[in-house]
Amino acid sequence: MNELASTPALQPLIYDIGAPGRIGVNLPDCDVPEAELPTELLRDDLPLPEVGELQVVRHFVKLSHLNYSIDKGFYPLGSCTMKYNPKVNEDAARLPGFAQLHPLIEETGAQGAMYLMYELQGWLGEISGFEAVSLTPAAGAQGEFAGILMIRNYHLDQGEAQRDIILVPNSAHGTNPATVTMAGMRVRELPSNDQGNVDLDSLRAACQGEMRDQIAGMMITVPSTLGLFESTIHDVIDIVHDAGGLMYMDGANMNALMAVVKPGELDFDVMHYNLHKTFSTPHGGGGPGSGAVGVNEKLKDYLPGPIVDIIEEEDESGAPLYGYAMPAKSIGRIKAFQGNFGMHLRAYAYIRVYGDTGIRDVTRYAVLNANYLRAKLMKTYKLPYPRYCGHEFVLEGHVDDVEEVHALDISKRLMDYGFHPPTNYFPLIVPEALLIEPTETEVKEDLDAFVEAMERIAEEARTDPELLLNAPHTAPVRRLDEVRAVKELILCCVPALPAAGD
Amino acid sequence: MSYIPHTAVETEQMLTEIGVSSIDELFDAVPAAYRFPRLELPPPMSEMEVAAEMLAISEANDHAGDYAIFRGAGAYHHFIPSAVNHMLLRGEFYTAYTPYQPEISQGTLQATYEYQSMMCALTGMDAANASHYDGATSLAEAVTVALEVTRHKRRKIILSHAIHPQYREVVRTYHQGRDIRIIGDRGRGDVIELVEMLDENTAMLAIQYPNFFGQIDNIAALADAVHEVGALLVIVANPMALSLFRSPGELGADIVVGEGQPMGVPLSYGGPYLGYFAVRQKYVRKIAGRIIGETLDADGKRAFVMTLRPREQDIKRERATSNICTNQGLMALSASVYMALMGKNGLRRVGELNYHKAHYAADQINQLDGYAVNTSKTFFNEFVVSCSRPVVDINKALLQEGIIGGYDLGQNYFHLENHMLVCVTETNSKAEIDRLVEVLGGLS
Repeated sequence: MNELASTPALQPLIYDIGAPGRIGVNLPDCDVPEAELPTELLRDDLPLPEVGELQVVRHFVKLSHLNYSIDKGFYPLGSCTMKYNPKVNEDAARLPGFAQLHPLIEETGAQGAMYLMYELQGWLGEISGFEAVSLTPAAGAQGEFAGILMIRNYHLDQGEAQRDIILVPNSAHGTNPATVTMAGMRVRELPSNDQGNVDLDSLRAACQGEMRDQIAGMMITVPSTLGLFESTIHDVIDIVHDAGGLMYMDGANMNALMAVVKPGELDFDVMHYNLHKTFSTPHGGGGPGSGAVGVNEKLKDYLPGPIVDIIEEEDESGAPLYGYAMPAKSIGRIKAFQGNFGMHLRAYAYIRVYGDTGIRDVTRYAVLNANYLRAKLMKTYKLPYPRYCGHEFVLEGHVDDVEEVHALDISKRLMDYGFHPPTNYFPLIVPEALLIEPTETEVKEDLDAFVEAMERIAEEARTDPELLLNAPHTAPVRRLDEVRAVKELILCCVPALPAAGD
Repeated sequence: MSYIPHTAVETEQMLTEIGVSSIDELFDAVPAAYRFPRLELPPPMSEMEVAAEMLAISEANDHAGDYAIFRGAGAYHHFIPSAVNHMLLRGEFYTAYTPYQPEISQGTLQATYEYQSMMCALTGMDAANASHYDGATSLAEAVTVALEVTRHKRRKIILSHAIHPQYREVVRTYHQGRDIRIIGDRGRGDVIELVEMLDENTAMLAIQYPNFFGQIDNIAALADAVHEVGALLVIVANPMALSLFRSPGELGADIVVGEGQPMGVPLSYGGPYLGYFAVRQKYVRKIAGRIIGETLDADGKRAFVMTLRPREQDIKRERATSNICTNQGLMALSASVYMALMGKNGLRRVGELNYHKAHYAADQINQLDGYAVNTSKTFFNEFVVSCSRPVVDINKALLQEGIIGGYDLGQNYFHLENHMLVCVTETNSKAEIDRLVEVLGGLS
């Protein structure tokens, strides 16, 4: 028993409810003769809860009430694209033909699933202007990892093993530099200029100086993590290509690009998509994600596999036959089986709804909503980059002459007004950053209510800053002692079984 | 307009506020030559049409709803109590983001803490993270931890050949940029032969439990041998088997990883699944992924929060050991609800049903002419059958009879041509098993 067990709690732990002998499931009798169990190999104890079905249901329903969610309210979390997750997609994912399909079924027995994946590969390629797509990466970060490994292996095959530096702007998502290290390569960070763009002089110095022959490529987010279209993107791409490097586009902000510009046409070599952002698959409280990668002709043979291909063309007798292929120089398998198929099918259904004439509207209205909020909020908060934004924009989260109030306090106070806060302290290059991304699925009246809350909070900061410093006041819990969590390090409520020999 | 709610009037009002006359003006920074490309996509569809199309596509698959299934090999068809899906369908859980704002995420945080606790209980470990993408990537991340723990001074990683072939492929993909040697998986013998490969240069040795062939290897002496050379013992365990068999913690494992899919996650053609990752307390600061810890709020109320955050990529950037950001949070929730419903008594019972049914099937098949079951070791719910003809042909014939047969081991192991890995779970009735035996008998 730890000392916290006796403190008041919102909801008891599952281990603290129930009674010995209770069970939450109704199991069948054994309809075959019972075999002898190998006693000496069996465990003595299985320390799991003992709870009835209704108790379990109430426990998790009560826990669910402690969460904020898109279904509950506005979630303007920048860089995360918290758009509506269509319900029909959830129904589709639960169809027996998908949910009960074994991943190692013969290819002839999965033609429906493979048709869907083949189409989705094609659509994602079309949307981004890339030659080929692999759906296997399980998350954006895994897509990045696949992309950087492809760049690495491409240079190896060119006999240029010394190219091991990946340029990363200082405004990048943390996954970018972490990915480079994971792939066994080196990060060279690039500064941003006062417009939030990559500083071209620094980029030229890196690409044209003595490390020119070591440049493997560059990772960049478009629009930038500030939500801005980088007007010099062509120059950036040309400078890196001229040095022999390849260009990786972090596709986290694809919601600002669909049918507006194709990254492949801008001459990017590889990018990842976040199906759980742009293509509406739910975030699930942290995951699963899905991080397909698209590449141009140069990197096509390096894609992680398997990818779906047509092995017998359509003829009078019927549909084409789909099969799996491992690209010729593939970086390999990055996950067991074929990727997060449950996310593929949701993304398929999503793109199908919008179709050729509608997909641009996703981006148009995402950008409209963001610029509307920007135009309204810049009257109250400092807007460090005063230009049209993409699907998101960054504000400085402080109020003039109220030094003690920080972005975090504004965020926490927003909870009292019934909103999820924007992203705090990212990008790192903006002091007190509040990164705001409304997405296209929000109605004007909710945007207006958010603006009003932000305005009132600015006013409160001047008249009663304590209200912000102690916020939230109406959330299920108040601010947490994170230092204590690290110091006590209580990660588990069951005593571990003794190890052999202990 | 599908999921876009704007009326024409609102759009006009918003444009006026921004000070532009059309939405398209907002894209002026995009190079004109590339702006607004036409997309070759199919035309839009209504919800009704999409639902019908998804149903039609789903039915063009041979799935366990229509067939009796005897295939496992890393993905298992188990019974999932209805309440699991009902909890999962709560928008409060599935439409939430990562709990970076703990005051309004206590549901996800406590559920994840409970998941960590139940995984510790199953594996016999002290701490678990909030999950990786799947069992294969969990194993790949375990390699990173072993390299970190041994301070990158050791270069040898030993993987048993009886670890899932795709997991071993993924480990190689993950670590191709590192100067390390991955050995052991070309072997054919018993686990204990791996001990001979251990030396002072070994960072870790990994085995699977039960192994890919469904067997429980005798690993009582393995941990001591691994620890003697200062390496880590990693056990890839099927959590369902841990309902019955001794926990990897009892067997001396330092890290336990695996696929959590058997605990309440549907087959879904291979994903999303659940990579679980559990360790001894002394290694917890070396692991990747999110970790939820207990603490107090400003009023002294117990609450939960993401902890040991400075390990993660968004803070540590290029010095982080992994780039992992999203996890499989929703699948961890499935596993939590599943384990809570099954509990101490139900999970043990499900484990027993798997064991009994698999043994009944093995006995029956072993009596058939032309088939021999490998009974050299204890097995859980999977076993290897040697057949007198190609497994592909047998599976074709079984499919005609409404049965999805076992996994063809010849695909991954040259010496196991004409060998089938058969899986039997609690979902297979005696009638299904008898029918499988009957059809197999007719083919021999």
